[in-house]
Amino acid sequence: MQDTFPLKTPTQTRMSGAGMALRRFYSDLRREPLGHAGFIVIMILILAAVFAPLLAPYPAARQSLGEALQSPSAQHWLGTDEFGRDILSRLIWGAQITMRTVLSVSAIVGPVGLMIGITAGYFGGRTDAILMRFTDVVLSFPSLVLALAFAAALGAGLNTAIIAISLTAWPPIARLARAEALVVRNTDYVAAARIYGASHLRLLLLYIAPMCVPSVVVRLTLNMATITLTAASLGFLGLGAQPPMPEWGAMISAGRRFMLDQWWVAVMPGFAILITSLAFNVLGDAMRDILDPRHTRG
Amino acid sequence: MSSDTLGGPARAFAGRVLQFAISIFALIAVTFTIGRLLPTDPVGAIVGELASPEAYAAMRERLGLDQPVIWQFVSYLRDLVHGDLGFAAMTGRPVLDDLKIAFPATLELATLAIIISFILGVPLGLAAAFNRDTWIDHIARIISLVGHSIPVFWFGIVGLVVFYAWLQIAGGPGRVDVFYEGLVPPVTGMILIDSLLAGETAIFWNAVSHIILPASMLAYAAMAYITRMTRAFTLEQLNQDYVVAARAKGAGQARILMHHILPNITVQLVTILAISYGGLLEGAVVTEIVFSWPGLGQYMTSALLIGDMNAVVACTMVIGLMFMTLNFLSDIAYAFLDPRTGEG
Repeated sequence: MQDTFPLKTPTQTRMSGAGMALRRFYSDLRREPLGHAGFIVIMILILAAVFAPLLAPYPAARQSLGEALQSPSAQHWLGTDEFGRDILSRLIWGAQITMRTVLSVSAIVGPVGLMIGITAGYFGGRTDAILMRFTDVVLSFPSLVLALAFAAALGAGLNTAIIAISLTAWPPIARLARAEALVVRNTDYVAAARIYGASHLRLLLLYIAPMCVPSVVVRLTLNMATITLTAASLGFLGLGAQPPMPEWGAMISAGRRFMLDQWWVAVMPGFAILITSLAFNVLGDAMRDILDPRHTRG
Repeated sequence: MSSDTLGGPARAFAGRVLQFAISIFALIAVTFTIGRLLPTDPVGAIVGELASPEAYAAMRERLGLDQPVIWQFVSYLRDLVHGDLGFAAMTGRPVLDDLKIAFPATLELATLAIIISFILGVPLGLAAAFNRDTWIDHIARIISLVGHSIPVFWFGIVGLVVFYAWLQIAGGPGRVDVFYEGLVPPVTGMILIDSLLAGETAIFWNAVSHIILPASMLAYAAMAYITRMTRAFTLEQLNQDYVVAARAKGAGQARILMHHILPNITVQLVTILAISYGGLLEGAVVTEIVFSWPGLGQYMTSALLIGDMNAVVACTMVIGLMFMTLNFLSDIAYAFLDPRTGEG
């Protein structure tokens, strides 16, 4: 196991070979049909979010009461809601909100989880015991209910939702990073760097953290599916992005009143959530198979 | 008594109990903090905007908000121990009384859901493992992937549209039809049991037609998890030498399943039973909204929207407590029922 680690510091390897590694990763990914499909869906969603003003046939807030609650047609592919707003356009604009939520939460919990995990794993002993006990406590909370309570206490809104989800989403990352750090800290190159007098901070940031990044990224990708679902649940319960923002969960909640007669208003946004979360899940699974050969596909 | 007189298992047990106790304490601390984080002014909410400064101060004192935070926490703990969760502004009744009605409804829904998810998930997982990489396995994989990715509240809406509005084979929202409402004396608070106790079979079957849809919709996510885990556990066993040996001796698939696989994965299944049950309690929160199910989830979200923090905090507490206890039991089951995981 140990002799497979590179002799150069991982940071150097990463700098010189980042482009090549990415290219190799992509060619591996293309051999996983499901994972590749997930990757393409995520790319489409990101493009939809970025180019929403160009792609959406109508502005998200354009009301047209004369066209209210129309079933799917050539003008409105996915139908219209109670204000005559085009559902497809709102879903495309809504991709911005979903992507913003998912990326913001990941940008918070990734580094936080990584730092807590590698600090615990690297120092071991009492530091490890305290940090991991804390992690386990947060892990044992029911995350959706806690996010609900936080969102209620802090006031409803998109930013509150992002904070509330982040507060409960970091522990799995920390646990994973700790497990990786426990292995990496005993490797020869870390010992060599320590003999040269590298400080704890330098060892943590330049020698240990980079080795833990791949598995953290995999875990984050899988987490994005859960984040999408939690954010949609908060939106559905009225605690996420507020109307008239075209948040997918909130759109379902608004369409619920018409579900028995105009089913498309509530059902269409659900497909957007399902497809997004499915794409993150299959992409994450494929990434795990590629980046972590120890974890054979079970 | 020094710690080395304790054996390995006893020490591991003590460690888990300690972790559980810390988690419970943390839950209490977090709910206390959430109750105080609220930006709105609890005193103002009671006395109104036009109250005199004296009345305001008097109410502030009555609520104990003039005390130091640490003292407020202590009295919060004391109230908890006495089962005093405060009044719900929403209903004007003690929160505890509301919970006594709401909790059995959620429990009934989640329990039926866990039964459904096990009845479907375990055989599917076994079938997938025994037929690895065949179409059965692929279908099981797709079912479980979708189950992991589906928004449970949306799935409930789709279920209502299809089975209630279009096919008309399931009862609609609520626990029973309106004209049956309140006819059964509440004994356990679970309408399936109460109606049987009262001998009201018509109401029982009506309640069944109402609960079956939300329970099945809620069960799906848990079933996805149970299928995946059962498949993984079974594959792990199938690769063991003893199974290969049994095969070599000519044991059939059925014999291997009944005599070798099932006894060995039972403990693992018990642990995921506890974990899934906790997850279902959470899922019930959003499912209840869709089906107008009068349980904890609906109670909590109505309280959330009007900022009734006593009710919100109490619900978080009850669900958190259940969730943690189930996880704890799952840990214990795994560590002590399975002779292979001799810890310490």
